[in-house]
Amino acid sequence: MLGHLPYALAAWLILWGLYGIVTSRNLIHLVICLAVLQTSTYLILLAIGYKAGAVAPIYADMPAGTVAVDPVVQALMLTDIVVEATVVALLLAIAVQAHERGGSLDPARLCALKG
Amino acid sequence: MKARLVLFGIGALGFAAVWFAGARKLDPMGSYHGAYGEILNAVSVPERHSTNVVSAVNFDYRGLDTLGEEFILYISVVAVAAILRKQKDEEEEDEDEAPTQLREAPDSDAVRLFGVGLVPVTVIFGLYMISHGSVSPGGGFQGGVVLATVPLVVYLCAGAKTYLRIAPPALAKGGEGLGAAGYALIGCLGVLAGKKFLENVVPLGTPGEAWSAGTITLLNLTVGVAVGTGFVELISSFVEELLRKAEK
Repeated sequence: MLGHLPYALAAWLILWGLYGIVTSRNLIHLVICLAVLQTSTYLILLAIGYKAGAVAPIYADMPAGTVAVDPVVQALMLTDIVVEATVVALLLAIAVQAHERGGSLDPARLCALKG
Repeated sequence: MKARLVLFGIGALGFAAVWFAGARKLDPMGSYHGAYGEILNAVSVPERHSTNVVSAVNFDYRGLDTLGEEFILYISVVAVAAILRKQKDEEEEDEDEAPTQLREAPDSDAVRLFGVGLVPVTVIFGLYMISHGSVSPGGGFQGGVVLATVPLVVYLCAGAKTYLRIAPPALAKGGEGLGAAGYALIGCLGVLAGKKFLENVVPLGTPGEAWSAGTITLLNLTVGVAVGTGFVELISSFVEELLRKAEK
């Protein structure tokens, strides 16, 4: 059962991130909640690539043939982090503009459309 | 708000049920038996002379994916700059809005002293991470982000005007384009040598040394330039927006 803990933790992070997004009253807070939600993918990727007793796939100071964890999911996770950083930056820029135009960061008060 | 929470509760219960049903049958953590990762761990050092297998995957075996990743970053930097650019109608509106407080240099000597100490350490650490990407944990993405925090520390210590002086937006824009183009051009080296795009055609050197692993190290350098200047450009977009508001 303990071996399934990472999957449960990932679900936990997704649900709390979603809860934050659903109840958010501030666009900055909403963006951070999305970032929390996305951390669940890191957990899943690392969990499925982990091998019991294995070390990090860096062979600088260990002999060839040492058992290491899967490097592919770690490379994928790097991509994941870059994408998250760009998404957060884009959303924060949109939040800045929304505040400029609407005068508020509360999503509920951003209903008025100006043409 | 209450209806929203009820709706979220129903969705969350459904999600948890599906997740539980799916994850129950998964192998527990630690029982990994994928072949691809084991092959890469075995061949990375003999084939590519890269002791950091993650770097070898990112910049060699799946180098094309990283080219796409770099363009994702590039496009998002362009998009942020486009969203925060000076709008034509910006002068006439927001007349009644109180001017935003411009962040000037702090009065605290402690912050300034900390910044002065932090800048050289961060520069060296960032350069080390970029140049040793094929040897030890790190690489162009990580080192680039570390380097991009240097102007940010300067912004905290000396204010927005000094920030724009040490990290001129024109230079950041040029570096971003140069880094992204450099990646593609190094990929073309393989084509020029009569082999495939992004094939590792540069001499591989001794495993464990900084200048080893051929194009992996070169690509790390271009990515370091692109990511470092890209993040500086992102921060600049926000700082310039702040300065424009303060001038009003």
